[in-house]
Amino acid sequence: MQALYDKLKQHYALGELSEQRADLCFFTVPREHLSSLLLYLRDVEGYTHLVLLTAVDWIEQNQFQLTYLVNNRLSANDIGIRVLIDRDVASMESIHHLWPTAATYQRELKEMFGIDFPGSPRIDEDFILEGWQDLPPYRRDFDTLKYSEQTYRDRPGRVTHDPASHMKQQLYPDAED
Amino acid sequence: MKEELQKRIVKGPGGVDIEVEPLRDYYCEAPPTVMPAAYSKIVEDLFNWARSESIWILGFGTGCGAIEMRPLMTPRFDAYRYGIQWRPTPRQANLFVISGYLSVKTLKRAIRSYEQMQNPKYVVGLGSCTINGGMYWDSYNTIKRLDDYLPVDLYITGCMPRPEALLQGFMDLKKLIRAGNAEGANQYAENFKWYKDNQKKVIKDWDMPDYSW
Amino acid sequence: MAFEWIQIPYALLTLFIVVNYGFILNALIAKIGARVGRRHGIPIWQNYLDLIKNYSIRSSITHGVMFYLGPVFRLSGGVGLLLFVPTIYSSVMFSNLSFAGDLILALYFVFFGTLGMALGAGESGHPFAAIGVSRGLAQVTASELPFALAVFSVALQYQTLSVTDIVAAQQGSYLNWTLFTNPIAVAAAMLSFLGAMMRPPFDVVLAPQEIPIGPPTEYHSSYLALMQTNRAIFPIAKMVVYMNLFFGGAISWPIFFLKIFLIYMVSVLVGVVFPRFHVEHSIRWFLVWAVPLGIIAIMVV
Repeated sequence: MQALYDKLKQHYALGELSEQRADLCFFTVPREHLSSLLLYLRDVEGYTHLVLLTAVDWIEQNQFQLTYLVNNRLSANDIGIRVLIDRDVASMESIHHLWPTAATYQRELKEMFGIDFPGSPRIDEDFILEGWQDLPPYRRDFDTLKYSEQTYRDRPGRVTHDPASHMKQQLYPDAED
Repeated sequence: MKEELQKRIVKGPGGVDIEVEPLRDYYCEAPPTVMPAAYSKIVEDLFNWARSESIWILGFGTGCGAIEMRPLMTPRFDAYRYGIQWRPTPRQANLFVISGYLSVKTLKRAIRSYEQMQNPKYVVGLGSCTINGGMYWDSYNTIKRLDDYLPVDLYITGCMPRPEALLQGFMDLKKLIRAGNAEGANQYAENFKWYKDNQKKVIKDWDMPDYSW
Repeated sequence: MAFEWIQIPYALLTLFIVVNYGFILNALIAKIGARVGRRHGIPIWQNYLDLIKNYSIRSSITHGVMFYLGPVFRLSGGVGLLLFVPTIYSSVMFSNLSFAGDLILALYFVFFGTLGMALGAGESGHPFAAIGVSRGLAQVTASELPFALAVFSVALQYQTLSVTDIVAAQQGSYLNWTLFTNPIAVAAAMLSFLGAMMRPPFDVVLAPQEIPIGPPTEYHSSYLALMQTNRAIFPIAKMVVYMNLFFGGAISWPIFFLKIFLIYMVSVLVGVVFPRFHVEHSIRWFLVWAVPLGIIAIMVV
């Protein structure tokens, strides 16, 4: 992993390498380099399989982090490539020309995080939510509890117990804490 | 609304223009009506007895609870000996088991399936998600009270209920049916507007007629 | 045999006995199948309950005239097949409306129900129904082919088209049965029988466990009840033909019940052992294994 990282570092402005396991590592890359880096990894280094494309909402830094996880079948290891993009103008270049399956991930991200991928096939179609009108629900400023309370009626009588204290009360009612 | 549901003009053979309005042409729009029971009590009792001993479940698993129904077909639980079987089409089924959490997207399909079933029909809510939301009580995408949207005859509590609990629930449902208390379909017809209002409140892209059977 | 009015109540009595026997036999067979899977299976009276339940459904919807007629055709296929073949040989009461050329009519009636079903299911407009009907017709056609060949072979062998005469020729000893006098034709017919019974491995067309249940997708309430009645009559009627042609007929009801049960068990035994065929596989299977046997049977005779 380290060798590959050093080799890549000569051509791309890579961030720091963090090795999670012997067969899994992550690093950051500027968004301009992503497409060519993925192409290089796919065609030259044998990372032929896009495992997933997902996002994290870093609301404090006002950034979205996109994670592209690619897998090398032969050497059985994964690289996660992180790209940080601005949260206010959430838009990213599509990679559906590298892996057609990416279009599906991008549709999901568009719906759940509101990250746009211009040019990606069927990007504007509903993916899971049908007719969603509110803020994209995976954004952290979307209050899911409040939305749920407004939209769906509660049945009265619902009680929530803290599991630890509740079971303690049930099993050892006399015990002093 | 989806493109295939839009009103459009189709060129027929021989150059005739045919106007197609899918919402009107492909569905029957007549609202459900209350169906009276048989004239004489003895006949209705016989019918109720037959209904209770021949429960056909719609093979539509709406949530994780569907996995708890599969063991009922296996040698260990064998629900068939109680006259319970699964049918793949809503036309033939008379029991709809809402198995666990119901997302809004699935709710839309569940309503359509329910409306295609024939009177009398029964709904069983399985698991705590159908009662008060269960562990999805704060989810943006799952409903909390099933009886706001469909007339429920019976709830089976638990998360998840074991197959034994399901069997017990079906036995209780049989008692309800035999006593003539499971009139969910007529209830639905009576309070049709209320149910529709509730349904439309959560289903934002309502692209079907009000009653789609 | 000249027609007499008394034959009509006699025929209805036959029908009544056969319907009830069919319901109980179907449940028994389902129970046997369940026992193979170590289940208890449905209660023996379950089919009656399902029937009453389906008749008691309060609402029913229609898709047009053919939708009504589909189950009616299907039922008349079953009833017709039963009524035009002698059920009990040498009994005036249960010879039904058989006549000199009834073998040809029986062959026609075997197919009649499926064709009626095709019309009805087509009218229902459901894609699964259309898929199911085209699969069903393809499979039934393929499985009827060896049966028809076997029937021709038998008709040539006995030089008659009357089922009663064929049965008469087989009386005396079990060695006179077609089973022993023309074994190749019987083999071809029994292979075809597996396909005609709509049991595994040839029941992909309308197995309720399949997601597209097939032709009856849209059928419910009384329509379905009518078709259920047919599911009780038709297999029995079909087996009556087999029994008469190949297994010496029956001279009394106990022998009838026993022979029908044993013939049914042939398809059950095959069904519990083998998994379902795709339709294209089953067609190939019929054409490769059963049809040549039928042709050989004709040539040998």
